[in-house]
Amino acid sequence: MTGISVAFGGVLALSDVSLTVEPGQVHGLIGPNGAGKTTLFNVACGLVRPTEGRISWRGEELRRLRPAQLTSLGIARTLQGVGLFAGMTVLENVMVGAHRHARAGFLSALLALPTSDKDEQRLRERAMTALTELGAARYAGRYPGSLPYPVQKRVALARALVSEPDLLMLDEPASGLSEDEMHELGELIRSLAGRVSVLLVEHHMDLVMRVCDRITVLDSGKQIAAGTPAEVQADPAVTEAYLGDAVDAEADAAELTNADGGRTHD
Amino acid sequence: MSDLQSSPSAAGKATDEAPVVATAGANASSAQASAERSFLPQSTLLRHLLVLLGSAVLAVALLELSTPYQNSQLATLTYYAIAAGGLTVLTGMNGQISLGHGALMAAGAYTTALLLDADEPLPLPVVLLASVLVAVAIGALVGVAAARLHGPYLAGATLALAVGLPGLAIYFHDIFGGEQGMRVRAPQAPEAFESFIDVVSGNNASSTKWLAYLGTICLLITYFFLANLVRSRIGRTWRAVRDQEVAAELAGINLGAWRVLAFVVSAAAAGLAGAVLALVVRLAAPSGFTLVLSLSLLTAIVLGGLGSLVGALLGSALLVFLPPFARDMGASFGLDQTEAAQVAPFVYGVVLIVVMIFVPAGFVGTIRLRRMNAKAKKAMAQAAADAAGRR
Repeated sequence: MTGISVAFGGVLALSDVSLTVEPGQVHGLIGPNGAGKTTLFNVACGLVRPTEGRISWRGEELRRLRPAQLTSLGIARTLQGVGLFAGMTVLENVMVGAHRHARAGFLSALLALPTSDKDEQRLRERAMTALTELGAARYAGRYPGSLPYPVQKRVALARALVSEPDLLMLDEPASGLSEDEMHELGELIRSLAGRVSVLLVEHHMDLVMRVCDRITVLDSGKQIAAGTPAEVQADPAVTEAYLGDAVDAEADAAELTNADGGRTHD
Repeated sequence: MSDLQSSPSAAGKATDEAPVVATAGANASSAQASAERSFLPQSTLLRHLLVLLGSAVLAVALLELSTPYQNSQLATLTYYAIAAGGLTVLTGMNGQISLGHGALMAAGAYTTALLLDADEPLPLPVVLLASVLVAVAIGALVGVAAARLHGPYLAGATLALAVGLPGLAIYFHDIFGGEQGMRVRAPQAPEAFESFIDVVSGNNASSTKWLAYLGTICLLITYFFLANLVRSRIGRTWRAVRDQEVAAELAGINLGAWRVLAFVVSAAAAGLAGAVLALVVRLAAPSGFTLVLSLSLLTAIVLGGLGSLVGALLGSALLVFLPPFARDMGASFGLDQTEAAQVAPFVYGVVLIVVMIFVPAGFVGTIRLRRMNAKAKKAMAQAAADAAGRR
């Protein structure tokens, strides 16, 4: 993404932000509340159209991108919260994620042709594989509403992964998770790196610093820093953006030091 | 220690919340089916053909063991059930409400009436197919508009269809016969049918009976196709669109196209229902396709359980059999005929309210919810036992 600007009415939500996710890397996107992280995410997904700037994917410019095209381009995204389909079992939820790989058409479904059955079987196997990978296979027959929040997050992740994306966009995957679960999530994201590129929006500094290869920092719609975790942490502009905010100052300062502590422990 | 104890109970609490009560009937899980123990074969086609065959045998038995009057009631049931089946797919599975299905039925009915009015009418299957196609064409048009609308706006738009379309019949009264409507010449029963009835029961193969059979055949074929769709990835995709638009879109689903598809499928069923109605009632008139018809269909699917075909059938049966039942009850309590007839809507209203209070997910929906909750509880108990065992 180059030179992305978004204006909502007279408010400039993003101004001239550029960001590139290198293949196989984990790229973090951080910033204080209201910095424009989610807006940038939505631009990348076609949910919000940029006022200015270009989005390119594998060297080609994406014009008039629509969200429904994403998976066929090899991009999958999880939502803030979980956004699971409440009226469907966990397995079915993940099978919907495999929509891109479905082959059977309307007619074969209408006539219940064996090709339709076979196609379903294939999707089911794919979904089970993804669930197994995330350790949620035993919940396959359950409904999301009856499952604990962290399990729901895993299912949502499985639904994104089952489309076999080249770029996985995670919108605050750690929100609502305990310390241990966050650690597991970190390991999981690291294990994905290399196979897929990951773009990560996250509040938990600790996690971001541990798993990301590169980090972009936004503040009030502007890009204030970019680089490796160490570079970003050393950048005075970043500290100021976080500490300058009077309300969150203490909490964020604590988070930053914690993140530091976490790294030395490793 | 305390940590271990608290986690199963917290999860147990989560179990109690029922997943989307209103559409629980729609959650005929396609994925689970194969995991469930069942005497039915794995293949969807074989499974549904087997059910189709069983239902056909049952229907023949029902039609031959009942009186001619009941035969005509069953014929009425078939067209209600065909339309309700289509509507439950649209509303229950795809989450689109339609108050305009009566109008789509009118399109089918008038097509049938016009085609049979010719000096040398086309064969009946062709007439029925043409009725379906006309309804599909109108349904596609409405569907494209509907795909952009939600909730009350969609209800309003389809309401306009329900009110407006039958009005066309009055405006173009030279073609459609105005208020009086068009008489429908029901085709004669083929000889094969007479010999079939003769072999099965020896009953009189009247034209009422033929029409009841015709409706039943249409009903079975419609439900066979609808059941296939519901169980396939088509049904799953519809439900995904209903439950979570953004997530569905991010999974690569084109929301608009899938909504239009649901509307078209539903309209096809409504068109066929209209054609059967025209044949059974032998009349296609604006008074037959008022808003009340559309609303009756909606109450039928809500009573039965949104999204369930069996529920749509049950709801339609209630729609057809409850009024005469209430009237007879009234008469047996010594009311005169007019008074007894007025009891029917009252009883219907009471039943509707009672159902909404005690089984808000409809008949079939409530049974499904029970089963789902039982399963979830069992899984929780299992998990708790595992945790205890590990300790």
